[in-house]
Amino acid sequence: MTTTGSVASTIAFSNVDGPGNRFVVFVQGCNFDCVACHNPQTIPVFQHGHERARYQRSVTDLLTEIRRAAPYLSGITVSGGEAMLQPEFVRDLFSAVRDDAALTQLTCFIDSNGASDASIWDLVIPVTDGTMIDLKCFDEHIHREMTGQSNELVLASIERLHALGLLYEVRLLLLAGVNDDNALLRRTGEWLATVDAHMRVKVIGFRAHGARAHDPPLVEPTPERLQAVADLLHTIAPFDICVI
Amino acid sequence: MDVNEFETRSQALVTDGTLGYDQKVRRLAALATEMVPYPIISAECQQALDARVICDMYEGNAPFTARYILPDYEKAIRNGLAHLEMPPPTTLDDALAFLMVMYVNVPSVTTYPVYLGDLDKVLEAFVTSQISDAELDAKLRRFWISIDRILPDAFAHLDLGPRDSRVTRSVFRVERSLRQAVPNITLKVDPDLTPDDLIEDGVRTVFETGKPHFVNHPMMVADHGERYAAVSCYNSLKIGGGAHTLVRMNLKEVALRHTGTVDEFLFGTLPRFVELTAELAEARIRSLVESQHFYDTHWLATEGLIDIDRFSAMFGIFGLAECVNLLMAAQGRDGRYGHDADADLLSRRVVERVSELVAARPMPYCEGGGGFCYLHSQSGIDLDHDVTAGTRIPVGDEPGMLDHITTCAPHHRYFASGVSDIFHVDETAVRNPQAVVDIIRGAFVAGMRDFTFNLDSNEFVRITGYLVRKSDLAAIAAHSGARHSSDLLAAGSEDTFHLTQRAVKRIGCHEREPR
Repeated sequence: MTTTGSVASTIAFSNVDGPGNRFVVFVQGCNFDCVACHNPQTIPVFQHGHERARYQRSVTDLLTEIRRAAPYLSGITVSGGEAMLQPEFVRDLFSAVRDDAALTQLTCFIDSNGASDASIWDLVIPVTDGTMIDLKCFDEHIHREMTGQSNELVLASIERLHALGLLYEVRLLLLAGVNDDNALLRRTGEWLATVDAHMRVKVIGFRAHGARAHDPPLVEPTPERLQAVADLLHTIAPFDICVI
Repeated sequence: MDVNEFETRSQALVTDGTLGYDQKVRRLAALATEMVPYPIISAECQQALDARVICDMYEGNAPFTARYILPDYEKAIRNGLAHLEMPPPTTLDDALAFLMVMYVNVPSVTTYPVYLGDLDKVLEAFVTSQISDAELDAKLRRFWISIDRILPDAFAHLDLGPRDSRVTRSVFRVERSLRQAVPNITLKVDPDLTPDDLIEDGVRTVFETGKPHFVNHPMMVADHGERYAAVSCYNSLKIGGGAHTLVRMNLKEVALRHTGTVDEFLFGTLPRFVELTAELAEARIRSLVESQHFYDTHWLATEGLIDIDRFSAMFGIFGLAECVNLLMAAQGRDGRYGHDADADLLSRRVVERVSELVAARPMPYCEGGGGFCYLHSQSGIDLDHDVTAGTRIPVGDEPGMLDHITTCAPHHRYFASGVSDIFHVDETAVRNPQAVVDIIRGAFVAGMRDFTFNLDSNEFVRITGYLVRKSDLAAIAAHSGARHSSDLLAAGSEDTFHLTQRAVKRIGCHEREPR
């Protein structure tokens, strides 16, 4: 497969990018510019020249790496950056995995910010087994402040992927004093419950390590605060909540 | 040892403020055997032993018990024990009492039994539908506390699997609730027989207690037959048999004594030291069998619970990493074991050559191994300095887990009596135990025989095969003594290596009786 993608890096084993042990492809380039991003070096989209060339990896090349790790894996995950900025690459990578006799047992997951419209998702849906979607904030105004973009597409993606049986998990990244207000989280939980009351929700506390400096500094929520958020969400619906 | 040294060392033992009464008695007994003449060996063998190029694990001068004994507990339960006047048990309570009586009468070089049975199979018939899970847990919990307090030694080891059973599930529940270092546990895994959720239950137990160890059941069966078990520091041997002794060769020291090419090492230096190690094994086996008449006199043998024909000896190697790196450097190469394809290839040539040599050296009374020693990747003792256990990659120098596995896996088929590699997982795995199940299944596909996981942040520190609690090590450091004999060995390693501060929580296997 000669399709290439812009890839920042890969890791052979990950236990935090979906179910089981997974090979992860981190693509280069994102349509969000999140203040809290812990991989800010993967945000720039390189369109031209040797910078673009430096990140190009072929599906064939990635498949060689995946085959080596395959006996130890539940599947592969494309993360980022933002996977859905390169839907043809994701589609061709997943198709190649599905067509490879040695890799048929692997599931193919996407870790996405959800900010892509249905026509983009349609390119990958036939070859995708699950998705993990970040909901940076349910409040449109705060979402724009945090990411530079609207959350309209994100909410639509969550609804649609769930309807298709492809939503594995929704992730809430919390920044103390920014998007962790109780009333806001209650609204968030109520909306998530309308999508799926048993949804797997991962509550993630922002960690300053890796993130860019910010003025005023971004604040990590305490473990107690994260647990309180989980407890609050549990009062709304029987979500499957994981706090990290 | 002259009388003056004997007196000095005896004095030091009896006045040691950190050793308990039983620990002193056992060490004094071991000291006394050092006054008995050593089995006759050649001057060259003695020289290699004195320089610790080869090693007898400080078993003592006149072995009067086999080192690793795996009594046939199923047979004992079925037939009863004449020597101990124990009729066959008929209830679970009777069976547990029967086993405890038997355990304290099974000898080993540490004085504690290294094998406590394949407990799921031994107890299966007694766990009737009348016994609820809660009752089973309560009974095993009492039994577990008794094992830890009566046999305070983390080499005491029992096996479970490969099939699912109520006993196995209960053991894991009890383990997680008690969090004891003793007993050590192995889960036999057969990809076709062991369900994923049982492996996952084992993995969740690892997160709490560092146990069980996982073994590749089909691979073990191919080498030993169905009746095998992993015992002590992960030595896989035949049930109803065991190992007379364990001798080992320090590949680093062998390499340091070599000048010349790699081929000259493989076909000159290496064979010479393999033969010296074999000579040491043979002398010790003959002493045990022919002079001390262990198998003619011990009740386990006379009641048919062990059979000398199911015994062999273990030929251990360690320091492969340093050996390979030294041989690479001697060729002007800087590739390191675990990080360089040529170094890894050389490591496989060394292990393959040792395996050929051991498989070509007949050994008396070793019918369990077809007349030869079992090869073993030996995981170190607390006196080992600047040398890596077995065929491992040096602590702190390990590559990522995939490279780690693919470097170590090719060695495993050579070591019928065990390898026990260790993989380190970080805390994120606790929320995704299936990820560890995936790695276990993959490692077996890759040909790994046995391995274990250490979880960062765990209260338990794995030494190699055995476990200690960090709080127990701290107590020894504060000179308040230790209830487990193995804790004292671990403290020695910790002082030397500071292993609890390293990336991989591993110390080194300690099976010697300390001097």
